[in-house]
Amino acid sequence: MSARGELRGWADVALIPVLNLVVALLVSGIVVLIIGESPMEAMWIMLKGAVGSIKGWSYLLYYSTNFIFTGLAVAVAFHAGLFNIGGEGQAYIAGLGATMTGLGLEFLPWPIVIPLAVLMSALFGAFWGWVPGYLQAKRGSHIVITTIMFNFIASSLMVYFINYWLRPVGKMAVESRAVGNFDFSTFDLTGAYIPSLRELSLAIFGYRLPSSPLNPTFLFALAVAWAVWYLLWRTKLGYEIRAVGANTDAAVYAGIRPQKIIMVTMAISGGLAGLLAVNEVLGAQHRLVLEYVQGAGFVGIAVALMGRSHPVGIVLAAMLFGLLYQGGTELSFAKPEINRDMIVVIQGLVILFMGALEQTFRPWLEALFFRAED
Amino acid sequence: MIKKLLGAAALTALMAVSAFAADDKPAIVFDIGGKFDKSFNESMFNGSEKFKTETGVAYGEFEIANEAQREQAIRNFADQGYSPIIAAGFAQAAALEKVAKEYPDLKFAIVDMVVDLPNVQSIVFKEHEGSYLVGIMAAMASKSGKVGFVGGMDIPLIRKFGCGYVQGVKAAKADATVFQNMTGDTGAAWNDPVKGGEITKSQMSQGADVIYAAAGATGLGVLQAAADGGALSIGVDANQNYLHPGKVLTSMLKRVDVAVYNVMKSGKDGSFKGGVQALGLAEDGVGYAMDDNNKPLVTPEMQAAVEKAKADIISGAVKVHDYTEDNKCPVE
Repeated sequence: MSARGELRGWADVALIPVLNLVVALLVSGIVVLIIGESPMEAMWIMLKGAVGSIKGWSYLLYYSTNFIFTGLAVAVAFHAGLFNIGGEGQAYIAGLGATMTGLGLEFLPWPIVIPLAVLMSALFGAFWGWVPGYLQAKRGSHIVITTIMFNFIASSLMVYFINYWLRPVGKMAVESRAVGNFDFSTFDLTGAYIPSLRELSLAIFGYRLPSSPLNPTFLFALAVAWAVWYLLWRTKLGYEIRAVGANTDAAVYAGIRPQKIIMVTMAISGGLAGLLAVNEVLGAQHRLVLEYVQGAGFVGIAVALMGRSHPVGIVLAAMLFGLLYQGGTELSFAKPEINRDMIVVIQGLVILFMGALEQTFRPWLEALFFRAED
Repeated sequence: MIKKLLGAAALTALMAVSAFAADDKPAIVFDIGGKFDKSFNESMFNGSEKFKTETGVAYGEFEIANEAQREQAIRNFADQGYSPIIAAGFAQAAALEKVAKEYPDLKFAIVDMVVDLPNVQSIVFKEHEGSYLVGIMAAMASKSGKVGFVGGMDIPLIRKFGCGYVQGVKAAKADATVFQNMTGDTGAAWNDPVKGGEITKSQMSQGADVIYAAAGATGLGVLQAAADGGALSIGVDANQNYLHPGKVLTSMLKRVDVAVYNVMKSGKDGSFKGGVQALGLAEDGVGYAMDDNNKPLVTPEMQAAVEKAKADIISGAVKVHDYTEDNKCPVE
């Protein structure tokens, strides 16, 4: 029996997100209807495109890998009562760490370079999260303002680095050269190149999977999700993070130093966002591309909200957004009338109902439940 | 329906599908700017539309929304047997190269970049030649002896425009001054008419009275500011003389629409060839625009000088330096 004013656990964890998703899809359906297409058909194409084939699944999981990292980043900060909206910039800066390691230490064998590049991604992201954390803890600058400003600083800084340091002479595209290479016929892996599952399966089993950027980073993301769970609920630091988030004054009384926790949490949060670079830079693009994060940092906020800041929920929510991304791509292939801007509208509606309007149905549901119980 | 079945077959037997590609339909993958960018992508879109209305053959199209979609889009068209598949812009090169290698029987084309594969036609333009011609015209039209250049994003391709332009200016008037500015370092620099206008005003305040814009939609702001401030401007890519009649000296034409149309046409009639197509003055890939809007501005002497330079470049008597060859410009 739940206390008055609170929903039962299952309703909170499952019913509200599902309800929000249904409403978001209904509104999207209306939008699709307005431009003269069948909503049912559109929905079917999206579903089939994302989960109806191995190729669809591969892309879905590839996109989810990004969202798991950024979702975890936002969630860890949430637990300390911090709203980190700088995942975009933290992941972007992390790309620099990954690329510099990959390009600078290309001569080392891959079992050394890849872990180093992963570490550097996390460290660069952590640094970019730590600075706003420091400003919040020591100077009282609000974390929301500083993290979003740091996105812009990251953006300008990266333009400079890619343009003037990393771009090969004479190349038009604003991107670095490749961080490594993989020849699957000889299994010759150089640099910080994480081969895709397709390349690995060709090299090891000689089996040709459909092409996609899905790479082993997805498994790494699942491991990181578990590690975040362990950190938050099984370690002293995790307890301190949650204590600061729940009640800072009480935490001080318990002997916790909130300033230190804020900085540590923001560094962890930035580091998690930075791991996105492992999937994108090392695993998918194999080079540092201008503005490569493409909004995944912001999607992480919706993912964390929808996943109730719990790693299991985040993995599931990330997969839902992976489905929307991949399904959306297939939809604009199948129906040129539903162009990419329409897809953004549909994704935006889901984010709106999942994130911004998350609590809309809570009072109604609560009323409904208590009437039933009384 | 048949296309869908083909698509399904392609998933299971990736490589086998090209055998079905007898009823070739062309496809085009637009870059992140989108097909209605009033510039590069839209010009290609117009070329594709022209092909469609003339031949009645529908073409596949896709607008990229993120990096991962580049390869996905090209591959999707390849899976479905589209041919030739055209990738718009240099940013698609890596993705196109990957896919083109796996589908040796399909035909591909890329604009503004070279991909060295037998089944890929790389279309590049000699923008420096066209810019040289408008540079001559600018120097002769200028009363102050000072002219301007406003580039979009600071990339070698745009420096190539600027370098050709300066060479033309100096060829006509050796002591002329050229102000060169880039709008920015990111893709946003292609679409910032306000900043383009500000740069133009700044150049005009230094005395420039003819300003050449090679900056996509940013150029619209350049043309506007020049027209408002009493200076002449030079458009780019498409014929932009009509935008401010009597105030746009000429436009440096870069015929991407013709290039796309030709690729689609050659794919249809079987005359498609791989390799590099460098379209310059001789091939009518670049040029300068003359119409009723700029007729009063261009004197017979100017036209004669430009025509002479054009003939000299085509014959090889004058060689315009290409900035991208060594990332250097002989004149500033």
